[in-house]
Amino acid sequence: MIGELGLFALVLALVLALMQAALPLAGAHRGQRQWMAVARPAAVGQLLMLALSLAALATAFLQNDFSLAYVAENSNTALPWYYRLTAVWGAHEGSLLLWAVVLGSWSVAVAAWSRQLPEIFVARVLGVMGLVSVGFLAFTLLTSNPFERLTPVPAEGRDLNPLLQDPGMIAHPPMLYMGYVGFSVAFAFAIAALLGGRLDAAWARWSRPWTTAAWVFLTLGISIGSWWAYYELGWGGWWFWDPVENASFMPWLTGTALIHSLSVTEKRGAFRGWTVLLAIVTFSLSLLGTFLVRSGVLTSVHSFATDPARGAFILGLLILVVGGSLVLYAWRAPRLAAGGSFGLVSREMALLLNNALLCVAAATVLIGTLYPLALDAFGLGKVSVGPPYFEAVFVPLMLPLLAMMGIGSLVRWKRHAAGPLARTLLPAATATLCAGLASLWWLGEVPPLAALGLALSVWIAWTSVQAVADRVRGRRRRWQALRTTPRSVWGMALAHFGLAVFAAGVTVVSTLDLERDVRLAPGESIEAAGYTWTLQSVRSTEGPNYSAERGEITVNRDGRTVATLYPEERVYRMQSNPMTEAGINAGLFRDFYVALGERRADGSWTVRIQLKPLVRWIWLGTLFMALGGGLAITDPRYRRLTERARLGAEAPA
Amino acid sequence: MTVRQRRATFVLLIVGGVMVATALALSAFRENMLFFFDPSQVVAGEAPTNYPFRLGGLVRDGSLEEVDEGLMVRFSVTDGTSEVPVTYEGVLPDLFREGQGVVVRGTLREDDVFVAEEVLAKHDENYMPPEVADSLRTTKPGEDRR
Repeated sequence: MIGELGLFALVLALVLALMQAALPLAGAHRGQRQWMAVARPAAVGQLLMLALSLAALATAFLQNDFSLAYVAENSNTALPWYYRLTAVWGAHEGSLLLWAVVLGSWSVAVAAWSRQLPEIFVARVLGVMGLVSVGFLAFTLLTSNPFERLTPVPAEGRDLNPLLQDPGMIAHPPMLYMGYVGFSVAFAFAIAALLGGRLDAAWARWSRPWTTAAWVFLTLGISIGSWWAYYELGWGGWWFWDPVENASFMPWLTGTALIHSLSVTEKRGAFRGWTVLLAIVTFSLSLLGTFLVRSGVLTSVHSFATDPARGAFILGLLILVVGGSLVLYAWRAPRLAAGGSFGLVSREMALLLNNALLCVAAATVLIGTLYPLALDAFGLGKVSVGPPYFEAVFVPLMLPLLAMMGIGSLVRWKRHAAGPLARTLLPAATATLCAGLASLWWLGEVPPLAALGLALSVWIAWTSVQAVADRVRGRRRRWQALRTTPRSVWGMALAHFGLAVFAAGVTVVSTLDLERDVRLAPGESIEAAGYTWTLQSVRSTEGPNYSAERGEITVNRDGRTVATLYPEERVYRMQSNPMTEAGINAGLFRDFYVALGERRADGSWTVRIQLKPLVRWIWLGTLFMALGGGLAITDPRYRRLTERARLGAEAPA
Repeated sequence: MTVRQRRATFVLLIVGGVMVATALALSAFRENMLFFFDPSQVVAGEAPTNYPFRLGGLVRDGSLEEVDEGLMVRFSVTDGTSEVPVTYEGVLPDLFREGQGVVVRGTLREDDVFVAEEVLAKHDENYMPPEVADSLRTTKPGEDRR
């Protein structure tokens, strides 16, 4: 019964999405106000139906209703209730439903916070989002119905993939989807602007907070995913250049380019066509990510099903979205007016370089991800490119980007004479040079590249603090000046500072970490990285739906115990897969990380021991970036209805 | 800069960027591309020696043995017709088991022993690496492997 209710709600949601797409777009085209007015109620109705559908699925999970195939595949009566709840998006069908719910939520958010925008523009934005929703709901209903019945009804479910039974999984998919789908707002704004022929500074101002919000969610989503992989997969890595990770990283790169290019369009009216193109590209990459992950083209933890029909459907959707919007772009873009001019040394120029580097970086990731797939598809051999490829292309692109960032935060709009700019940058440059030399000297054997990475972290940290400090210096009332500094400036400084922290963490952990695979019998010790690691014991324990061998490993230095770690080797009863739970002792400056391997014939264990300096800075840095983005969104100027926005707002194009 | 100059800069930057990216990507590809071979191809001598590649197949039942007091293990990877001996020193992944599919990355020594640097087994008992599934299908026609 609950299954039918959910399915019925899903079908109604599709009908409402169709209305939300068709009527407002047609109304905007023909100037029919009543048709346009359908957009908001349809969006709200659609979200209600989607929420009902999701609630039905969640109820089925909580009640262990194994008559639903999806529940039977991914749940179990022994599964704790909170994991039964997160199992809703633990596999393909449910995660698509979540995608649709997230899209519905963004649509309602746009509907609610767009009172200051012209009606015709809102109608177009919601119409485009409705179209996207139609595509995804049709996909869900036609190829991946989460409410499919299973006969005969099994007595017990197959249990959720043990890897996904984890707190990180509660937050990772919804966050990531909020980011992916959030770019549909930026996309819809871009398409609406192309349709209406109105693409100016005001448009960029409307679009900015939405784009930044999506970017914040995507940043958090990727970061949580990386953190989850770090502690759950038991390898101690935080990024694997796995195609699925790349799929989320590409929209992040172009999305980052987009928020910077939007700032130029808002402040200076330049880069209009480019900004629109970036919005289209970013959302297309989000769709491509969904396609790669969900089509079964890639096999990994993330790809749940291999069903050619699904792949073909999303590919078709992708071609429709990319093709349609690019045709629209080609048709409308030549009409766009050019923005103001700027000098060679100017913030516009810095941001132009930033955009070029970010897009090139995204392109190299795209090539590395798709090229092996293409070779395979054309029968030209099976190849793979691993982390070495991505590191080889990524590092040379990121270093100039980091260098440019420091200049970009301090250089003025329009034109900045080279002499004064050099004087502004002198203290930061000095500090950077000192930091580089100090890290070469201090850390002894670090490779020069690592010293460069640390120096650039100092460079960015310094210049981002200076971006705020320079607004205060020389003022009579410093406190006042600090308080009147716009929140978007604070946000930029914080996000850039976060990147500095992130870069420092990445540099240190990738050059100074220690990893050793050893074989230890209980009671045996080993010396590594200046610490004594002792396997005290290995005992059997029982969890709610698994049995485990639980090791106790103490880490000593100078006779003092600095950490005690409890790695586990679990076997989940329903799926009978062994799984490693790493034992981690986290610290701001280092993590001790051990994972149990397998028991050998003589009773000893293989153990992977790792010392990871500054690894927490990676996620701390991304947290700062997200906070910075959040701060920028709250800037009151986005909510102020400007005179320019009001002027000509009612004129349909 | 005038509008014209800016357009030109824009185009130049993008073209230049794409060229740099292509150059970077191609050179990195040449150095880091790993080919995949199955045991039959290795036995037939199609795979290079002393050059890294990936080898995939099933771990032959009963082939896993410990070599010494340390971490070194030896096992055979088979596709049903041929098999290749593999040595590996390190912690084996959770899902490594005899009779299951694996992909190993490493180099083939002159004495035809594959020295693995990395062993991959994926996270599902039903999972078989697609390359392995393919090669099993081609060497043993008629048998259905999911």
